[in-house]
Amino acid sequence: MLAYIIRRVAQSILVLLVVGLVAFAMFRFVGDPIDNMLGQERTQADIERLREQLGLDQPFIVQYWRFLEQAIQGNFGLSYRQGRPVSDILIERLPATLELAVVSGLMALVGGIALGIFTAIRRRGVSANVIMTLSLVGVSLPTFLIGILLIYLFSVELGWLPSFGRGEVTDLGWWTTGFLTESGLKALILPAITLGLYQMTLIMRLVRTEMLEVLRMDYVRFARARGIRERAINFRHALKNTLVPVITITGLQLGSIIAFAIITETVFQWPGVGLLFINAIQFVDIPVMAAYLMLISVMFVGINLIVDMLYFAIDPRLRADRTQGGH
Amino acid sequence: MTDTPVLSVHDLVVEIPTRHGVLRPVDNVSYDIHAGEILGVVGESGAGKSMTGNAVIGLLDRPARIVSGEILLSGQPIQGLKRDVIRKLRGKKMGMIFQDPLTSLNPLLTVGDQLTETILEHLKVGQTEARKRAIAALEEVGIPAAAQRINSYPHEFSGGMRQRVVIALALCAEPDLVIADEPTTALDVSVQAQIVALLKRLCRERGVAVMLVTHDMGVIAEAADRVAVMYAGRLAELGPVREVLTQARHPYTAGLMASTPLASQGRKRLRQIPGSMPRLGALPTGCAFHPRCEFAQDKCRQEPGPTIDRCDGRAACWFPLTAKQEVSA
Ligand SMILES: Nc1ncnc2c1ncn2[C@@H]1O[C@H](COP(=O)(O)OP(=O)(O)O)[C@@H](O)[C@H]1O
Ligand code: SF4
Ligand SMILES: [Mg+2]
Repeated sequence: MLAYIIRRVAQSILVLLVVGLVAFAMFRFVGDPIDNMLGQERTQADIERLREQLGLDQPFIVQYWRFLEQAIQGNFGLSYRQGRPVSDILIERLPATLELAVVSGLMALVGGIALGIFTAIRRRGVSANVIMTLSLVGVSLPTFLIGILLIYLFSVELGWLPSFGRGEVTDLGWWTTGFLTESGLKALILPAITLGLYQMTLIMRLVRTEMLEVLRMDYVRFARARGIRERAINFRHALKNTLVPVITITGLQLGSIIAFAIITETVFQWPGVGLLFINAIQFVDIPVMAAYLMLISVMFVGINLIVDMLYFAIDPRLRADRTQGGH
Repeated sequence: MTDTPVLSVHDLVVEIPTRHGVLRPVDNVSYDIHAGEILGVVGESGAGKSMTGNAVIGLLDRPARIVSGEILLSGQPIQGLKRDVIRKLRGKKMGMIFQDPLTSLNPLLTVGDQLTETILEHLKVGQTEARKRAIAALEEVGIPAAAQRINSYPHEFSGGMRQRVVIALALCAEPDLVIADEPTTALDVSVQAQIVALLKRLCRERGVAVMLVTHDMGVIAEAADRVAVMYAGRLAELGPVREVLTQARHPYTAGLMASTPLASQGRKRLRQIPGSMPRLGALPTGCAFHPRCEFAQDKCRQEPGPTIDRCDGRAACWFPLTAKQEVSA
């Protein structure tokens, strides 16, 4: 098991190095940052000074090495556009994205698993079929359309919830949170639904399919033949077995919530890293784009590692070190 | 031992409605099993053996359903009972053992979890006592170092050991009836005999009534007291195992015997019954066996299929074989 973990960590580092290369390549080959930062009125001296300041006069390999060195320390240089350290900007923006992602991730996970179980157990019931049909809509509507529809209904027509921004936030020094004010919580609802709905329907359909599969297994039949009550069969025998395959895909889904946040943040003008990234693209603000890319990949890789560990925790067959000899 | 059979099945009919008409995988089946007795049920694959067992224990898969007949457990009819009442009978009064021990156990729960769960469901005992009984149940089926192995997961046991665990599970709440549906089919030949011997021992020691489904005549000869032969959803023959094996009265049983190598029969040339069992949707009129039967006559083709009680009480055949008759060689 330890060997496996080491291998997985090594793989993760490799992935991050490749992403780092892509991020770095953007520095070299996309756009001309000097153009973007200085505008039309500039002297040759200005250009030289800025090139030097940004390190753009160094040879490729030196720049790449410096980039890696700095990236590990969380230093991505100055934003071309704002002239401030990228890490400062990211840290400012990250709480908004994380709070949104965590809320919609939880919603997707809890709602998806609960609805998946429900629709599997009551697969012939009317409500289960209605939910399944609605979920098709959830899967096929694009995220931005869901966002716009929600805004139209709850902000424009009913006027219950705000259509953009994060509401009032509380500054805790190292973190800004919208959880502590009413307007902050209200502002969170629509974006969280928009971001989580797709994942929730996916998880729900996945859980349902798996659960139906598991309920047909011999050991469920044997449990029934022993008179185990339905509740225990569904939640003790079936659910645990359902979760083994569900965990992998769900982990990836939750990772992609942070990536999908770009669209939601744009629709709701949510001041997170996704919106930051979109704005950075408009201005070819390479350091911000590169840092965003690295940040997202670190999160993806991290979530993947955690998912793998969960696998071990749930499935005894993978815990080779617990085996006490087979016969 | 009382005279009331542990299990009594009368004229059981199971039907499956399909788009092409109603199928009858179990058609007018009647038999009794007494305490301490093993009834062997044989027949080709698809004869309705599993359906019969599933119907008794109340685990028929939709759309199959019991349409008529009676199932009495120690004299008490179980049809019409509430679902939850029948559930409580399962495990407590009747247990079931399935074919494949690899898939019968939940891979994510220890065998101890699965045993105590079953014991706690049916017996009025506490956690500690349940655990003690779980260990005793494993010991009884011959699992070495049961007190340690109780914390093992199913994948940590070999196939034969797993089937022992399955048997322990089926018996841990002390049912009066056990339905074993091909309990040895999925096992290595080397452990099959051990499992059969174990079932036989438990049946004798505990006085459990056992319905032992198999398509292996050798298992029947080894373990069963009486044998029921099924063909196309019906009982073809029912009688004490010695008599049926040595002097089959139904031509199908005789054919089965002739096609099985049995030590008791000495070296005889094996003969296969010509043709194959008809599909349920395409049963011939009259006796379902007549297209393959060398004794078939007009009556067999025209009259409704014979049942055991309308014939000689042992074989469902208008012209049962007599002692002198042999399937021609
Ligand atoms: N859902 C179903 N639809 C149609 N026929 C079925 C269905 N389930 C089982 N059968 C038929 O029921 C018959 C009895 O099956 P089964 O009891 O499993 O046979 P056995 O255990 O003797 O091999 C078989 O002929 C099978 O084809
Ligand atoms: S009833 Fe006729 S066809 Fe059927 S088994 Fe007897 S002799 Fe053969
Ligand atoms: Mg079968």
